[in-house]
Amino acid sequence: MPTPLLRLVAQRVLLGVALLFAVSILIFIGTQILPGDVAQAILGQSATPQNLQNLRIELGLDQPAIVRYFDWLSGAITGDFGNALANKRPVAELIGQRLDNTLFLAGVTGAVAVPLAIILGLVSVRYKDRWPDRVINIFTLSAISFPEFFVGYLLMLIFALELHWLQPLSAIRPGMSFGDKLAATALPCVTLTFAVLAHMQRMTRAAILNVFGSAYIETAELKGLRPITIIWRHAFPNAIAPIVNVVMLNLAYLVVGVVVVEVVFVYPGLGTLMVDNVGYRDVPVVQACGLLFAATYILLNIIADVIGLVANPRLRHPK
Amino acid sequence: MSELEFMQQQVMRHRLSRRDFLGRASALGLSIAAASALYGRTLQAATPNRGGHLIAGLVGGESSNSLDPATFASQVPYWWGKTWGDQLIETDPATGAPVPGLAESWEGSDDVKTWTFKVRSGVTFHNGKTLDASDVVATLDRHGNAESKSGALGLLGDIEKVSSSGNTVTITLKEANADLPLLLSDYHLIIQPNGGKDQPDAGIGTGPYITETAQHGVRYTGKKNPNYWRDDSYFDSVECLVINDATARFAALQAGQVHIVNRVEPKTANLLKKIGGIVVENVGGKAHYVFIMHCNTAPFDNNDLRMALKLAMDREAMVQTVLQGYGTVGNDFPINAAYDLFPEGIEQRKYDPDKAAFHYKKSGHSGSVLLRTSDVAFPGAIDAAVLYQQQCAKAGITIEVQQEPGDGYWSNVWNAQPFCTSYWGGRPTQSQMYSTAYISTADWNDTKFLRPDFDAIIKQATGELDRAKRKELYTAAAMMVRDEGGLILPMFNDWIDAHGDKLQGYVKDGSGEQSNGYIMRRAWLA
Repeated sequence: MPTPLLRLVAQRVLLGVALLFAVSILIFIGTQILPGDVAQAILGQSATPQNLQNLRIELGLDQPAIVRYFDWLSGAITGDFGNALANKRPVAELIGQRLDNTLFLAGVTGAVAVPLAIILGLVSVRYKDRWPDRVINIFTLSAISFPEFFVGYLLMLIFALELHWLQPLSAIRPGMSFGDKLAATALPCVTLTFAVLAHMQRMTRAAILNVFGSAYIETAELKGLRPITIIWRHAFPNAIAPIVNVVMLNLAYLVVGVVVVEVVFVYPGLGTLMVDNVGYRDVPVVQACGLLFAATYILLNIIADVIGLVANPRLRHPK
Repeated sequence: MSELEFMQQQVMRHRLSRRDFLGRASALGLSIAAASALYGRTLQAATPNRGGHLIAGLVGGESSNSLDPATFASQVPYWWGKTWGDQLIETDPATGAPVPGLAESWEGSDDVKTWTFKVRSGVTFHNGKTLDASDVVATLDRHGNAESKSGALGLLGDIEKVSSSGNTVTITLKEANADLPLLLSDYHLIIQPNGGKDQPDAGIGTGPYITETAQHGVRYTGKKNPNYWRDDSYFDSVECLVINDATARFAALQAGQVHIVNRVEPKTANLLKKIGGIVVENVGGKAHYVFIMHCNTAPFDNNDLRMALKLAMDREAMVQTVLQGYGTVGNDFPINAAYDLFPEGIEQRKYDPDKAAFHYKKSGHSGSVLLRTSDVAFPGAIDAAVLYQQQCAKAGITIEVQQEPGDGYWSNVWNAQPFCTSYWGGRPTQSQMYSTAYISTADWNDTKFLRPDFDAIIKQATGELDRAKRKELYTAAAMMVRDEGGLILPMFNDWIDAHGDKLQGYVKDGSGEQSNGYIMRRAWLA
């Protein structure tokens, strides 16, 4: 008999594949609705009808949209995402390096922001309605209230232009040492940490406080346990499901939603690649980026569900 | 700048001899000994330093770019192309006249329909192949043949045949063209081995630097070409970072992470000037911002209305407000003094609300006039449109400004709607500018100026070798566009670059920004 856990994962993966398929159709339709086509975008203002026509035929844009979609789909199913229309480089090559960069930034930021947010959340529960709680709340809420580009420029002004500790641009490139890479990503990492901290910290605080109303917490208190032990041993494990959900949502955001920060620090990530190519109507690249983003969301949500399930015995052993 | 500093700068650019410098410096009250010492110091500062790694931070690069010169359309490919490739012909930074590149010399027949170019010998490509005339023929064929998708196709359309014998290339034209050498200086026309027909995006050329990495939309690096046929590239290696965000670009310049940036916004230029160690270089070029009306579409098919709208434009105010003074006023024809054979002596059109009101009344038009604009038309286009609206109001003309989305502006609004804002980048010659956008058969005739008599003037001017006669024809053409065309040309915008003071030897070049893209050959690091 398959365990509920396996069944759930299998269900989610199947659903995920169906979702990816739907996403690819939506993205394709979206790029078709936009005015202009890739030939026009490549040639720009300097296009003549003759070279436009030559380019359209070469790119296969004279084919109906539905034929182009199924051509792309049959390739994508076999793992061949084709070549970018504009410069004919393989999509996999274009995306590879950018994906590494995006995952590096998301990973470093996640490694800083998630523990920090959870610790701050625990501290604010421990000192509920006292000054540490208030300071933490004010700090995280103000950090999220400023737009990312504002925080980014502010950090750039202070740490790069005034103090000269760091370079203003995150000119990250292959072959850099890990330390150099960390230094180069420091500013975008801090900017993004500011953006995601509040959500996770507030959820940690709220979820644990929710559990605090339960009878077993009262029992633990009556046993004479120290408040921090109660939080850590009894409240946190029971509050983990909503916290993990929010953490995963924020991690997904760090992968797919950081294009503004990428632009500010000129960080060569996947977000700017996708936006560039929407501008160019370069459907294969946009499709591949869109699918990667969708897959990230689906994967992280599956992980969140699995962790929630593992953490909750009632879900693991249904009657 | 003081007179003395100006003279020092002239010395650094080798435009002032020692004798002249000493003479003029003593006229300013310096003793000969002091002037002589100053000359020595200046010249030392001017002696190019060899070595170093140049980093440029430029706007205008996308991940969809390619090293195939036929696809070049934005600033980064334009700049990077010049590091690895050479054209047959280059242009003189001061006069815009053609000077030898990979062609040592050239000659036109009397009817300027046949041109011969002598290809330089002893030049090798980065892959070791020796340059010969067949590479030139293949390059021109790839850009100019019927299947071409090249940005230079429009320039080469009049070529009937290209052939070679020995080291000579012969180009036969369908129509006489006295300007052919200048057209071959176009940045797309990099000479590639076998014309790039085997692998167009290999990045193999004869240029001063050999491309090592090309991460499109991110970063390019190149190292010095040890076999370069010229001796004027000073850096050991060059790098170009794509920085499309203006704030990031200036932060990088200020922090010294890059040596030079392009496209400084006029309002930022004044701020950058105040920061120590940064030099702003602006140069008047051929590029201009325009308001264009379709001469064949109501209500703009009425010349009185067009004249009213031209007279209601306060050009001085536009240059001061939109360009912050970094530009010059236009006169409703697309040519300025940066062009060879500029027709001087045409009266400058001035802001005249009364006269505008007179023509507006005469046109019989009533109601508002719809002007479409977008921030992609040119930097500050929306501000310019609103400013124009107020200027027109003084003449009793109501302008309705409609802001269009930037995405799709070039396909749906420009060249499609009867009145909108746009820009032009200029062309190598007057004939080329007019044939691109003002003759009846031009695809981009964005004012729908359909006048066979005008077409005939341009055709005649293009094939005319007598310079005085040619200038007369250009004057006639300019007057027609100015007084009867659909073009309102308020301003020619300057190119504005900025660099750290470590970078020296910047040469102003009216043909384009970044010293016409040759900064990596003309400048050096102190």
